[in-house]
This record gives sequence, structure tokens and C-alpha cells, in this order.
Amino acid sequence: METRKIDVPVMAELLAGGEKPEYLFWVGCAGAFDDRYKKVVRSFAKILTHLNVSYAVLGKEETCTGDPARRAGNEMLYQMQALQVIEIFKRYEVKKIITICPHCFNIFKNEYPDLGGKYEVINYLQFLNRNIEGGKLKIDPLGLKNISVTYHDPCYLGRANDVYDEPRAILKKLTGNLVEMQRNKSFSLCCGAGGAQMFKEAEKGDKEVFIERTEDALKTDAKVIATACPFCMTMLTDGLKYKNKEEEIKNLDIAELIAQSLEL
Amino acid sequence: MTKQIIFAITLLLTLGAFAYTVNRIVSFFRFTRPAFPVKNFGKRFGVMMNVAFGQTKIFRKPVIGFFHALVFWGFCIIIFGSLEMLIDGLTGTERVLKALGPVYNIIMASGDIFALLVAVSIIIFLARRIFFHIKRFEGIEMNKMTHIDANIALSIILILMISLLTMNIGYVKYNSQIGEATVGLFPVSSLIAGFITEGQAESFSLMYQASWWCHILLIFLFANLLPYSKHFHVFMSVPNVFLSRLDPLGKLPNMDSITREVKLMLDPNAAFAAQPSDAPVERFGVKDAEDASWKNYFDSLSCTQCGRCTSVCPANITGKKLSPRKIMMDLRARMKEKGPLMVKNGRDFSDNRSLLRDFISEEEIWACTTCNACAKECPININHPTLIVDIRRYLVMEEASAPGEIKAMFNNIENNGAPWQYSAEDRLNWAKELDINMK
Repeated sequence: METRKIDVPVMAELLAGGEKPEYLFWVGCAGAFDDRYKKVVRSFAKILTHLNVSYAVLGKEETCTGDPARRAGNEMLYQMQALQVIEIFKRYEVKKIITICPHCFNIFKNEYPDLGGKYEVINYLQFLNRNIEGGKLKIDPLGLKNISVTYHDPCYLGRANDVYDEPRAILKKLTGNLVEMQRNKSFSLCCGAGGAQMFKEAEKGDKEVFIERTEDALKTDAKVIATACPFCMTMLTDGLKYKNKEEEIKNLDIAELIAQSLEL
Repeated sequence: MTKQIIFAITLLLTLGAFAYTVNRIVSFFRFTRPAFPVKNFGKRFGVMMNVAFGQTKIFRKPVIGFFHALVFWGFCIIIFGSLEMLIDGLTGTERVLKALGPVYNIIMASGDIFALLVAVSIIIFLARRIFFHIKRFEGIEMNKMTHIDANIALSIILILMISLLTMNIGYVKYNSQIGEATVGLFPVSSLIAGFITEGQAESFSLMYQASWWCHILLIFLFANLLPYSKHFHVFMSVPNVFLSRLDPLGKLPNMDSITREVKLMLDPNAAFAAQPSDAPVERFGVKDAEDASWKNYFDSLSCTQCGRCTSVCPANITGKKLSPRKIMMDLRARMKEKGPLMVKNGRDFSDNRSLLRDFISEEEIWACTTCNACAKECPININHPTLIVDIRRYLVMEEASAPGEIKAMFNNIENNGAPWQYSAEDRLNWAKELDINMK
């Protein structure tokens, strides 16, 4: 099979050439620095290339949205980050943003408007599902067809923004065996990492939240736990390791599942 | 005439006592902070019809939720009968709403049926609380008083329903004994009356009268107990739903006072242009009851401690101290404690106690994942996470207090624009040697 190198387009370079892409693809800090999550970003970039989407990333100019600072109570730091980001967006005349991380998605969509940053914000699952429905993205359910998959709703997609249907619609294209955990959709249990918990040890208790949630997933007997958030991925992967199940059960992002089935 | 005078006096006493208590509670609202402006009445009306009158969120627990819905809908119908009793009692009329004709029959018939349904539901609720161990009703915030409070309110409602039924039975039976036609339809009471074969017309008249007085006086008593009870919910929940926060659950309210400061920091020129403000500097975030918004306080008064929030809280499920229900109960308790002191000594008065630390510990506050399961679950749209984050705002911005790892995360964002210690130079490393298969 022939391969082609992808040069991920960067905003500053495009601007120098007088180009303006349709979408800004916001990679997020986890996408940039977390080794596991870099693979998800690579998969999504492949899909964007496959779909011939006009997009660019900010690269070195990207910075934290301020979300973890805000949820931890540091409104000052959040607003300083947010106003910086809004300035950068202004410079590149950004109108449409695609995010992978649900936390970045939520803050752009719901919270930046209060500071004057108003954009058309779309989460990658909404974007992918739109392309599937529009016939542009043709998914061929290859090896995954009979493998059972369960989906863990990230809080900031689900309860926070009512995105429940798109991930399920996509997964039903990928597998004929989508199984739900007992707590799903708006009843879904948090992975334990939200609200800046990702960056600290949990308070004293009887159990870690990520273990409780991993047990939910294990009860379904699914072979793949599909996630759509970098924090959820870290937590559930840790959960599988804790349960010594990381060999049998895979924790994959929906973007990876699509890229795999398309053999990109 | 004597009956009317006695009735009028008891009603006046009831209203007077009620106005006094409620005025006290309402007067504490002036110490609270602004929340959102209440606009969008159309949308609010829709939320109220859906969540309050439609009882949609209580059905997230379908079985027990169904019984609550029966009680709620029952109250909505039975209140017309209570209103009639009020008018009858004051003016000396007899079943004044009969002027409504067939509609009156419908109101009386459904009220009669609901009286039985509510009574059955209440018996189930009482049995659950007394004989079963329901985890949702336990927790550090649930002491003996909270259980007594619940059982008293449930018992009063039960007696209210029984007295309503005996009133209807007495009325039906009396009329049939003296050969008069009954005004209104009473299917359940007529059925029960059919089983009663003995008794004089006078005794049924007495049964009717006694039940009538018992029912209305108990309503008066109940109304005056409610403001002191978690069952203040009965008055507050529908307005609380109407006043719901309409934003998506994921959105935190912006702190405009911070925006002004940050803009000055980012643009020093603006510092000279800015007008010095005469307004006193407000505390950032929430430390005590008066720092909370009117909506937080409204939430706390509407909460009936059902514990649905706590039962879905990931922190609580895994044994951490945080319980969203406790946050609401603590705010109400603290305002009850500090409100009268502020009425006397002004809003700035300090009794050297505060909501944070004397009621809610830092450990509870830092355990929240802001997953919004609590807010999603609350049948009356109480929002706990915004208050929890507001307390974090106080801790971080006023006291520079946070767990060490959180402070390290702040430092990382400040210094290198990411919550981890990586350089912005490496942000594109993921894109290196990225190939795509061509088909």
C-alpha cells in the first residue's frame, strides 16, 4: 500500500502564504503532550486529511484554554488564558473551531462568549457524524463488526452539552454489537478526572472513581471501551491496568476506531 | 355566624404567623449576591410545565418517582377543594364552587380519587423510611432531626388525606340518609360509604363537620410548620423550577469583576483610563452565606433532602466526604444562623464563623469532579456545582489555598501554557512522521 506524508498545516504558515483555512483544529494540551493521546490526535488528523478538510492547527501558539484553572477556582488565571487565546483567534480571524477534548469544547462553546469570544464550535464526534450522514465519510465495518464495544460518556460532552447520540450513531456504523453500561447517557458516571481532579490525588475514600467506572465497563463484557476524552482515556486505561485487563480489553478513542476501520 | 367568626380568627392567626416566618426568611435574600437576570419568561414557563408540573425529572427514578408524581398532582387538584373550604368557612356558604357545574364534579371526583392515591403513596414513603434501609436517606448530614422532620410531614399529609376522605364519606352518607342529592362526585368515598350500613344521619353529619375542621385546621398548622421544615419544598419547588438557571450545565458563570482586573493587567494603558470605582471591593467567591447568590439560597430553601444528587455523586459513591445535598443543607442552616445577626448588625457583621470550614470542609470542596450528575438528577433543578466552584474561587483567590498539585498545575499554566510541565515548543511533536495510507 502506498503511503503519503501528512504535513499538518499550521495557522501562522498558512497566513504567511495568504491562506485562510475553514477550520481551526484545536489539539489541546493532552493531544499535544500525552503520549497515549497523541495517537488519537494523529488518527483524527489522518481522517481530516482523508476527508480533504480545509483546516490548520496553532502549533506552538496554542496554549491552555484555562479550563482546569477555572474549575479549580482560579478565575484570574482562566481569564488571562482565555483573553490571550481570544487575541490569537482574532489575529487569524478564526470562525470555526473543531475540538477533540470535551473540556476545550465546553469552554469555547459556553464560556468564551462571556469574554467576547464567539465562534462556531464543533466537537469532533459531531463533525465526524455529520460527514458520515452527508455521505462523505464512508465507514466500512471491517474487523470490528462483531466485536462488542461499550461507550463511556464524557461528562462535558454528555450532561454538560447533551451530546449523546453522535458517538452512538458512529459506533453503530463500526460495530453491530454496541452494548451500554448500566449507567449511561445522562446517568453516566464520571471517570473521576473532571473539575481539575486529573491533576491531583483524590480525597480520602473507599475507592477510586476510575475503578468504579471501569467495573461498570467490565460488567458489559465488551472487548473495546470507546472513549472520547483524553482524561477519560487516562482514567479508564488505568482502571484496566488495575484490573489486569489491559491485554484482553482495549480502551480506544472513537477517532482511532474510525481510522482503523478505514485503514488510514 | 359563630363558625365564621372562629374560622376568620384562626385564618388570621395562621396568615399572621405565616407572614411573620416567611418575611423573616425572605428578608435574608437582601444579603445575598446577584445571580443571573430573570428573563425569558416563555422558556421559563416551559421549564416549569415540564419539570415541575410534568414531574419529568422525578421519573429518572421511575417507580418511587411515580408515587411522588401522584402526590404532587394530587396536591394540585386537592388545592381547589381547600380553596373552596376557605371561602365556605369565611362566608358561611356551602360548596360555593358548585357554580362551576360539571367542572365541579370533575374537580371533586379527581380530588376524591387522588386523596386515596396520595394516602397510599404516603404510606409507602413512610414504610420505606421506617422499615427499610434506604441508602439515599443516610449520610453524615442526615441526623435524627432530619428523619423526624420527614416523618412528621408525611404523617400530617396522611392525616390530611384521611380526613378528606372521611369528610367526603360523611357528606355522602349524610345526604343519602336524609334523601338529599350530593353536590359533586365522590367515587372513592361513595364506594367506601356503600360498606357502611349502620349509623344515624346525625353521626354522619358530625363526621362530616369534624373532618372538615380537622382538615382545614391541619392545613393551617402544616402551612406554618413548613417554613421550619425541609418540606418548605412544598411552597418553594415550583418557583425554584421557574427560576432555574437556563444555561447548559457545563457553563460556569463569568466573574465580571475579574474580567475588569484582567483587562487592566493585559492593557496597562487602560489602567489610566479606568475610573476609580467607589463601590466597596467585594470578596471573590463564596466564604459565607451572604456571598452566595439569591439563587443558591433559593435552591437551599427548596431542597427537600431527597438525596438523589448525593446518590449519583461519583465522589460520594466512592466514599469521599462530599455530598451535594449537604452543601445545600449547610447553606440553609448557615443563613438561618447568620441571617438574624445580619438583620440586627448589618451585612458586614462577623460572628467568627463561616459557611466554609464551620459547615463545609475544604476536603468536601476539593472532591468535586464538576461532573454535574447532581444538577442533572435534581428533580427541581438545583445547581450545586456552581456553588462548589464559587467556594473554590474564594479559597484560591482570597486565601491562595489549594492542594499542592493544583497549585503546581496553576504554575504550569502560567509559565508554559499547559497544565503539565512541557514546553510550547513541543506542541507539534505529535505531527512528526505522520503518514496516511493511500488506496
